[in-house]
Amino acid sequence: MKRGAFFTAAAVLVAAAFAGEIPPAERKSGYEFMSRETRAMQDDDATNPGTLWVLEGESLWNRKDGERSCADCHRDAASSMKGVATRYPSVDAKGRLLNLEQRINECRVERQKAPALALEGRELLALSAYVARQSRGLPIDIEADDRVKPHLEAGRTAFYRRQGQLNLSCAQCHDDRSGIKLAGNTIPQAHPTGYPIYRLEWQGVGSLQRRLRNCFIGVRAEPYAYGSKEFAELELYLMWRARGMKLETPAVRP
Amino acid sequence: MTSRREFLVLACGALSGAAQAQLPPDIGAKRKAAAEEALRKITGGAQLRTGKVKLDIPPLIDNGNAVPLTVTVESPMTQAEHVRAIHVLTERNPQPNVVSAHLGPRAGRASITTRVRLADTQTVTAIAQLSDGSFWVDRVPVVVTLSACLEDGLI
Amino acid sequence: MARTVVNMPAQAKRGEIIEIKTLAGHTMETGFRHSERGEPIPRDIITQFVCTYNGVEVFRADLSPAIAANPLITFTTVATESGTLEFKWLGDKGFTAAHSAKLNVV
Repeated sequence: MKRGAFFTAAAVLVAAAFAGEIPPAERKSGYEFMSRETRAMQDDDATNPGTLWVLEGESLWNRKDGERSCADCHRDAASSMKGVATRYPSVDAKGRLLNLEQRINECRVERQKAPALALEGRELLALSAYVARQSRGLPIDIEADDRVKPHLEAGRTAFYRRQGQLNLSCAQCHDDRSGIKLAGNTIPQAHPTGYPIYRLEWQGVGSLQRRLRNCFIGVRAEPYAYGSKEFAELELYLMWRARGMKLETPAVRP
Repeated sequence: MTSRREFLVLACGALSGAAQAQLPPDIGAKRKAAAEEALRKITGGAQLRTGKVKLDIPPLIDNGNAVPLTVTVESPMTQAEHVRAIHVLTERNPQPNVVSAHLGPRAGRASITTRVRLADTQTVTAIAQLSDGSFWVDRVPVVVTLSACLEDGLI
Repeated sequence: MARTVVNMPAQAKRGEIIEIKTLAGHTMETGFRHSERGEPIPRDIITQFVCTYNGVEVFRADLSPAIAANPLITFTTVATESGTLEFKWLGDKGFTAAHSAKLNVV
């Protein structure tokens, strides 16, 4: 091959390797990047530590707080909540972008007349785990309609923006370099397919926002505040990016 | 548990604000000695034989905070011949004991599964104590890696 | 009381060996960590797990800080007769948790 052609071919290959979005058919859940043993921990409800939170969530679902319990309106969660977690974050009637935890709090305050639960607190995580568990096995279903589009664009921009002292964007690790090792672990594609997750590193269950904060700290960037619009928009983009992938809540991750 | 992060940070001679533990330079030797002492307490100095007991633990670990571990012992588990206890020890954790399970013929099978914490790459030891007073051992070396992107930002 | 999960068959044949998987919600604070201010965080762990079958102890485990948080303990027992299996977890600071399950032996 002539030298000019060789360099052109090489340049095209390099460009293709860092082309951006992962093609839909090549998307893989973080599950597939874990060891066999960690996968086994997730697969068996009897050994999955997330089960403890799901069971607590079930109790909370039936507990009267304020004027009523979740069950008083929503009855059996297995049917009423089926598919719900696959559609969050979403824009509510008042035009606010809410993730699942925020939506649960909105219900508590407006409908149960009970105080909002602390973000990232145990009870809210338990309820969110219980609700999301009812969608396990269902495909993530975020639609880019007109109300959601501006938020989606903001989230996408954040995903591709370099930030922090290490000056890295989410895309540089999770689009371009997934499958490569970082600090002994394999970089996953960053699809939020099992939240809230039991993270082995936390030895407890946490939300997507908590995991994202870990990413921000990883690149030495100032993390967004819990419950912020910025976080909701990034969550929205990540869920949209994972549309069609199956929900695994409660997932186990390293 | 002194984290693996602290181990690595100290090994590099750097001291970050979050790694409070100042470990003495002979910590490795000290912990190994503690492990040997713990073993002696279990066996009373009796000879350790290889065989019968199998320690199932992944050789390469996602996260040292929760490592699945299974110990099985070949035994008819009858009143005449059974496993009395299964012990697990480590040599590089801050203290050597992991778990001691007390069985007997009612178990049917000598097998336990749990999840353990491993502070560092090391050898994990499983000891089976049989009803005839004998001790059997299995040792497995394990590599422990770190998760990336943590909350305290040490790595 | 802390949340516990016990997974075992509801029914078994006489003489059959059944597998019992248990989970207990507990942080298993090791006692080796320090706060951001350098103060040691005291140990707070489950120290013992016991299973009795119609009042007879069939399994006991002594735990240490090296057991991961939210401890999983899986063990086996022979289905000898119908009855109740009682599970008890004991730990530091007076921690107790209990769970019971019925086994029908045919």
